[in-house]
Amino acid sequence: MTDRQSLDGMAAPNWNDPAIQGRLKRRHRGASLLRLGGIVAIAIALGLLALLLGSILSIGLKAFSQTVAEIDVPISTEYVDLENLEDSNWTRLAQDGVATLYPDDATGRRDQRYRNILSRGGLNAVRGAIEEQVIADPSLVGQSVRVSVQLSDPFDQFAKGVVRRDTPEDMRRITNDEIAMYDGLVAEGRISRVFNTWLFTNGDSRFPEMAGLAAGLRGSAMALMVCLIISFPIGIGTAIYLEEFAPKNWLTYMIEVNINNLAAVPSIVFGLLGLAVLLNFFGLPRSAPLVGGMVLALMTLPTIIIATRAALKAVPPSIREGAMGIGASPMQVVTHHVLPLAMPGILTGTIIGMAAALGETAPLLLIGMNMFSTDLPGSVFDQATALPTQIFMWFDSPELGFVSRTAAAIIVLLGFLLMMNATAIFIRSKLERKW
Amino acid sequence: MLTDLNLDLSASGKLSNVAPLLIDRPAGRAEAIAEIKISARGVNMWYGSKQALFDVDLEIPDRTVTALIGPSGCGKSTFLRTMNRMNDAILGARMEGDILFDGTDIYKGNVDPVQLRAQVGMVFQKPNPFPKSVYDNVAYGPRIHGIALSKEALDEIVEISLQKAGLWDEVKDRLQDSGTSLSGGQQQRLVIARAIAVSPEVILMDEPASALDPIATGRIEELIHELRENYCIVIVTHSMQQAARVSQRTAFFHMGTLIEAGDTADVFSNPLQQKTQDYISGRFG
Repeated sequence: MTDRQSLDGMAAPNWNDPAIQGRLKRRHRGASLLRLGGIVAIAIALGLLALLLGSILSIGLKAFSQTVAEIDVPISTEYVDLENLEDSNWTRLAQDGVATLYPDDATGRRDQRYRNILSRGGLNAVRGAIEEQVIADPSLVGQSVRVSVQLSDPFDQFAKGVVRRDTPEDMRRITNDEIAMYDGLVAEGRISRVFNTWLFTNGDSRFPEMAGLAAGLRGSAMALMVCLIISFPIGIGTAIYLEEFAPKNWLTYMIEVNINNLAAVPSIVFGLLGLAVLLNFFGLPRSAPLVGGMVLALMTLPTIIIATRAALKAVPPSIREGAMGIGASPMQVVTHHVLPLAMPGILTGTIIGMAAALGETAPLLLIGMNMFSTDLPGSVFDQATALPTQIFMWFDSPELGFVSRTAAAIIVLLGFLLMMNATAIFIRSKLERKW
Repeated sequence: MLTDLNLDLSASGKLSNVAPLLIDRPAGRAEAIAEIKISARGVNMWYGSKQALFDVDLEIPDRTVTALIGPSGCGKSTFLRTMNRMNDAILGARMEGDILFDGTDIYKGNVDPVQLRAQVGMVFQKPNPFPKSVYDNVAYGPRIHGIALSKEALDEIVEISLQKAGLWDEVKDRLQDSGTSLSGGQQQRLVIARAIAVSPEVILMDEPASALDPIATGRIEELIHELRENYCIVIVTHSMQQAARVSQRTAFFHMGTLIEAGDTADVFSNPLQQKTQDYISGRFG
């Protein structure tokens, strides 16, 4: 190539100059380094995530199954009141049924040494199961009914291999005698592992094998419902006013700045606010999902407001002008046109806010939603616990069974979060309009 | 009589030297012009501290196409938007002067801008159909104003409006399709049908063809020509050919000031002002 004279005598670059070539090479090297750095960062993040999920799953999945013993409970006519089945002596029937598992001791009574194999709540479980089955089908009287009862936590852990046979006897909670007894039951084919439905149907319990998440799930659902009812309309209303109607002056500017600040306030501060104002000043019931929901609503509000404003901003001004241009009132412009178009964005933001609220623990601890509740809350005024606080409490419990149950509860919580976020993504991709 | 329609620049003071010329201008080729629909008197407009319009006086006759031309930022769109109070929604916009619509000042307290905008419809530069069906786009105005009392009446309004907009034959079998699925030119005609559906008296058009290809532009221009028989039309355009083709009256704006207004043929062939001459001959803008 010959030298070319540039305009106005400006020197034309010589692209073959080694200095220029060297610089070009360095620029390319910079670009590939940046790419490599990005890939490494993502790999580290994914690795850590996999580690976290792996450890939670490896511990927690065990809690989704439960070892049970099958018991044949003879329904002796002696204790059944055929005239009035409800009044039968179900407790006695259950006791006798459980006793059939064990050999009699020297006095001919049930051998108390082995009672640790079955769950301590097991007797009630047997009682409930036979009562239900016999009342449903009275022809069972005189025969025997097969029910399954959870093993106590030490034996559940033994069956799952967490507690080992070769551990010295004084280092484990179950004795060699009990293990021999257990082996006998296994030989009879009475021991099996079933899916742990109790994890989802039971409330909390001191015994890990009886403890379930139902109370926490119900409490969380109620609190989230209250949170949604409060924060959704208020959040959208605020956002619409600020975005569509408010004059731009220092007052609205201050409001905007403070809403953004609120989004960054640590959640425990909202908990303190709930404690000081809602509980102590207004005297609302302690530990209630109502208060939990109100506190969570305070936290969710900024998220919803910010998401809604972004969604409203994304609606093209031409739509507003078009509606205004044929005489829609400002209210009609918003309700007929802007809001429907912004709805996917609003819903996405709301669901993500809700998901954050679902996982929130600190404010619930402060208003007492970490209570031990074996019963499910009947209304938002009842004392209740929530899913994350349930995790918090189980994590604090010493029994071996609660280790895996804590992880299982985390899996359930993550499952719900995943579902909510998936819904948000679905809404965003399906309902979003193009114009 | 006709000279009354011309801009009375003497009121502004600044350009008083041209006023006699305006008065002297012969009636010319303008068709018989109906009564004045809108007249602007001493309109000043500010966006924040920046003044966008300076003492604009203009009379806009009914059943006529009036073109507002001028270089970018000259205030022609701003002036257009004062006529249906669309500038109300813009923060920091402030207006002085009177805009008389059928003799009533639309900026006085008892005029409701919501109703005004039904009477003074608007078509925008970018076609902006609602993301609803073709039918609902046209039916929206009559619905919110309660113009159609029955389903049949509404159907009729939709059909007539689409026919007037020259779109009926193309969309009559797909009234339930989304308005945004139409082509750009069809969308713009849909928007015109939407404006017509509330029986406006004036249609303001803000560069209605600037986002369209030449064929679609031609259809819009034909449509404007047809609509002139029933409506007072004010069109802002960047294209002087378009102004020459579709309008009977032309007003030339420059830097927020109305330089000259008159019959289109006169303004283009025999401008009174040097600036107008320079602009239409392409020396600036």
